[in-house]
Formats: sequence, C-alpha cells, structure tokens
Amino acid sequence: MGNIGGGLVFLVFALVTVFSAYLVISSRNIIHSALFLILTFIGVAALYAMLDADFLAMVQLLVYAGAISIMVVFGVMLTLRGGPENSNGDTRNAIGGAIAALLTFVVLGMVIFTNSAWLTTGTGISGGSTVSDVSWLLLTKYVVPFEVAAVLLLVAMVGAIILAKGVDDSK
Amino acid sequence: MLFCFGLYGVLAKKNAIAVLMSLELMLNAVNINLVAFNHFLYNQTYDFNGVKHAILTGHVSALFVIVVAAAEVAVGLALVITIYRNRLSTDIDELDWLKW
Repeated sequence: MGNIGGGLVFLVFALVTVFSAYLVISSRNIIHSALFLILTFIGVAALYAMLDADFLAMVQLLVYAGAISIMVVFGVMLTLRGGPENSNGDTRNAIGGAIAALLTFVVLGMVIFTNSAWLTTGTGISGGSTVSDVSWLLLTKYVVPFEVAAVLLLVAMVGAIILAKGVDDSK
Repeated sequence: MLFCFGLYGVLAKKNAIAVLMSLELMLNAVNINLVAFNHFLYNQTYDFNGVKHAILTGHVSALFVIVVAAAEVAVGLALVITIYRNRLSTDIDELDWLKW
C-alpha cells in the first residue's frame, strides 16, 4: 500500500467519503442528506477494502448501505411533513456545536501529528481472506460478547417494533 | 474529520433523524480507526496447524460496533416515529417537555 497508486486511490476514496459526509450535514434537504449518507457508507466500505478488511467491507455494504440506509429513508418519509425543502435546518446551538467540533478536530489533529512514532509503522497484514481469521477470534476469545451482541440485537429489534407499533391499551 | 462532521451534526441539527445520521457518521469514523490500527499497528499472527493467521481484534471490535449501531438506529428511528406520531414534529428544539 505504500506505492503512489495506492496512495492516490486512498486519497480519492477518502475525499469522496469526507465530502459526502460534509454534504450529509450541510444539505438543506433531508432526503439529499440520506442519499449522501449512503455514498459515505460506500466510501467507508472502499476504505475497509483498501485496509485488507474484505469481510468488513462486505458487512459494511450489506448492513449500512443496505439495511440502515433503507431504515433511515423510511424514517424520513414517515416523518416528513410538508415538502422536503428546508427540512434539515440547524438548531439554535449550531454555533456552539461547530466550535465544539472544531476544537475536537484540532485536539485530535494535534494528538495524531505530534506523536509521529506510529505514523508509518507496520506494513500491513498480507492479503488473503479475513473471514476465517475473524471467525476464529469471534468464536473463541470473543464468544461471550458475540452472544451478548446477538441478544442485544434481538431485544433492540423487538423493542423497536413495540415502540413504533404501540401497545394496544396504552392509548 | 468524519468524526468531527458527525459531532457537529449531532450538536447542531434540528431534525432528529439528521442527528441519527450524524451519529452513524461518528460510529463509522471510529470503525475506520479500529480497522486502521489493526492494519498498521497490531500486525501479529498466530500459528494454527502450521498455517499463519492474522489476529484481527480490530475487525472484531468494528463488527461489534456495527451490530450496536444497527440496534441503536432501529430503536432511535422507532422513538422518532413515536414522538412524531404524538407531536407531529421531529424538531428537537420543540422536544423540551418532560411530560405531556
């Protein structure tokens, strides 16, 4: 990944991802925001693929660009009142939010660029599929968190259905 | 940078669904960080039956983050839809009541 071509491809994908993320938060129309969110997810998946994380790239495409985007678009369409224009404004504390985000950015940048020791270490894991390695860790060392995550997902889905559907005798 | 855009969105957006989207941006930024650290720093292998495998703790952590993010976005959207049904609005500036 150290060659010029790899760096150029990384730069292109990173720019696409960051620019579409900027459009997500700056777009006035929330439907445009949702669509640029999908583009951001696809860019992140490309970055995963460039980091030799092929399994995670596929999971990202399926879960984020597939499922979560659909849910977000559904949520937008169910709660949109009036036209989609100007449906994505800022709150009254937008200035404070911008300052906090900028400060976080500066602090993170200082941390990253002052500790130059780990900027270029490592050459990366050589190719091959990561599926078997991920599954080995997931089913031996992290088997309890794996099961807990499965139960969490189930409970969250049931809870989401109950919340959105509503209990009969509550109203 | 992605994280900071997400942070701005969480703090500054008016529509509750936009806040959820910004949260997703932040989680994605953290995931990229986990995978990149695994790729560039934690470059270790183990020997299993004579075959070299990579230790991918960062990938597993990112997977858990994805699972939790999916659960969170489902519950969040359900909450937003419920609030919208009751108040006909998703504007978080108006959601400053503690009871009906």
